[in-house]
Amino acid sequence: MEQKIRVLVAKPGLDGHDRGAKIVARALRDAGMEVIYTGLHQTAEMIVEAAIQEDVDVVGLSLLSGAHMTLFVDVAHLLKKKGMNDVLLLGGGIIPEEDIPKLHKEGIAGVFGPGTPCDEIVSFIKKNVKK
Amino acid sequence: MDYKKIKKEKESWEKHSYSKHVQKHPERKKRFENLSSTEINPLYTPLDIQERQYLDDSGFPGQYPFLRGIHPTMHRGRLWTMRQFAGFGSAEETNQRYKYLLEHGETGLSVAFDYPTLYGYDTDHPMSRGEFGKCGVAISSLQDMEILFDGIPIDKVTTSMTINGPAAIVWAFYIANAENRGISKDVIGGTIQNDILKEYIAQKSYIFPPEPSMRLIVDTFEYGSQHVPRWNTISISGYHIREAGSTAIQELAFTVGDGVEYVKWALERGLEIDKFAPRLSFFFNAHNDILEEIAKYRAARRIWAREMKNLGAKKTRSMLMRFHTQTAGCSLTAQQPEINIVRVALQGLAAVLGGTQSLHTNSMDEALALPSEKAVRIALRTQQIIAEESGVTHTVDPLGGSYYIEWLTDHMEEETYKYWDKVERLGGVLPAIEKGFYQREIAHAAYKYQKEIEEKKRIVVGVNEYELDEPIDIPLLKMDEKGEERQIHRLKKLRKDRNNQKMKRNLDRLQKAAEGEENMMPYILDCVHSYATLGETCQVLRDVFGEYEEPADY
Repeated sequence: MEQKIRVLVAKPGLDGHDRGAKIVARALRDAGMEVIYTGLHQTAEMIVEAAIQEDVDVVGLSLLSGAHMTLFVDVAHLLKKKGMNDVLLLGGGIIPEEDIPKLHKEGIAGVFGPGTPCDEIVSFIKKNVKK
Repeated sequence: MDYKKIKKEKESWEKHSYSKHVQKHPERKKRFENLSSTEINPLYTPLDIQERQYLDDSGFPGQYPFLRGIHPTMHRGRLWTMRQFAGFGSAEETNQRYKYLLEHGETGLSVAFDYPTLYGYDTDHPMSRGEFGKCGVAISSLQDMEILFDGIPIDKVTTSMTINGPAAIVWAFYIANAENRGISKDVIGGTIQNDILKEYIAQKSYIFPPEPSMRLIVDTFEYGSQHVPRWNTISISGYHIREAGSTAIQELAFTVGDGVEYVKWALERGLEIDKFAPRLSFFFNAHNDILEEIAKYRAARRIWAREMKNLGAKKTRSMLMRFHTQTAGCSLTAQQPEINIVRVALQGLAAVLGGTQSLHTNSMDEALALPSEKAVRIALRTQQIIAEESGVTHTVDPLGGSYYIEWLTDHMEEETYKYWDKVERLGGVLPAIEKGFYQREIAHAAYKYQKEIEEKKRIVVGVNEYELDEPIDIPLLKMDEKGEERQIHRLKKLRKDRNNQKMKRNLDRLQKAAEGEENMMPYILDCVHSYATLGETCQVLRDVFGEYEEPADY
């Protein structure tokens, strides 16, 4: 039997907007993935620790406050530092166009803005997950 | 009215006219429904509201049950307050934006704080990392508040502040600043949001557990009614519940239910209802379904009036629901952002037709970033067009008497009471929060809405239909990159220059008050007057009350 893709959906920082994170978590679960949701107010350390403990293939970060250039990048760096190079890192939220290439460069492989259909995220994961 | 005859004629119309027409020219959908998934009939007639007793159920504006409006003249007398929610970066930058908005005809101020401020952290706290000034202005002390309102006549302009967990402290900054400028407490006017229930339910910027949070709120009710009589000590908010994905009915039911809960807590403390109730205010969302939104505001007014009367209110002022409205941020699209101007116009129109007392219209670029100066000016102009050109302000409650609107108003009211029964069965508002009832209801509604968009059961122009493959070309707001550094420097200097002994003594006295049962407001005011920072003052309360964290569920 094929093993399910394991995804950690995480809310870094102080931002409490969890509508998108919860929708994506449910959509990924409905698409047959194993989803773990961290809940709110997570530091980069907490997220990376959870990713290790849960042995996930994908980490999806959601942030609508505008602090993505700091908080997404913190998670990317810490994952790298812990040798989690196989984990597919994604980010979503209110992210201006001009920030997207910079986030890609830092290792956030997929960046999804407002209005993205959940299917697009599902296909992206299936295509890019390393397992 | 001869209902029998109307019924007979209606049946005949259905049989001979409507059905025949539909056979030849089918309707576009099998089922028409609004954003709450309520099925909408092709036609409404007097039959749909025949139970309605005009004098008891509708009445006249300015009179119980206030269905038609809270003032006899509504917008013929005074227009709503045009109040644009604004704040970003440092206090200096936001002060400039306020002056710009006032110059362009805005009539009230509304402060957006950044996340560290909302959680009661100073800018240099580790949890503040990356968040300085991002979705609001950073206010860490009385000194920042002084800068924020520098040169603004706070004895004349009223200010609304979206602050909840640390509301009492930030309100104290505002009061202390007024006092230092020689403006007395009974002159200043405005609102603190101070609605913690909807934080647990939807917005999620809570600090303390529910019980001490409720105590702090009742403290502000009591202090306000005694010392700051023109201040609205709470803005009971459906806005964030809706933004988190609820339907209009859920927004209505949960928000007015929260309002009743606050009143019960204040009565429990022994406060007199007619002393504090006149300063309770509300805050609703304006989403896309214009007619449903209008029905929502009307139902809210009538339910509130009835509940307040039942709770013992005698004064008219205690029974009337005053509310602010903001157009729906969650309805804005990042795709083709200019078309958001049209959405905002329709939503703003709904709020005005629903009888709002104040209005924020969103800017077209808000699905991308904080609004630029030009975008916010267009948003303000949108309300000015509704006010000056549309003609909807000529008469009170212009849609009152529409069979559809009246039916929908009654329907939404009935559904509200059904939700209240469910909450009651769970043990009340706080137990329902702790059991995750509201959170699940909202998450289900949000997921359903998203699926309907993806399955094209709902069309969002520019997102799943009428798309355009064209790069987005609107200028976004740029913030002063030196703002954070300046703020941290200012904080460090403040901590060194103030009388630290006096400040520490005030913090200790606040701690004792928090451990006891006294009203904490006077102690908080002493702390902020001696320039204790937001983080320092909040930490005292964190140590006494502990912090709340919700279980992760999706």
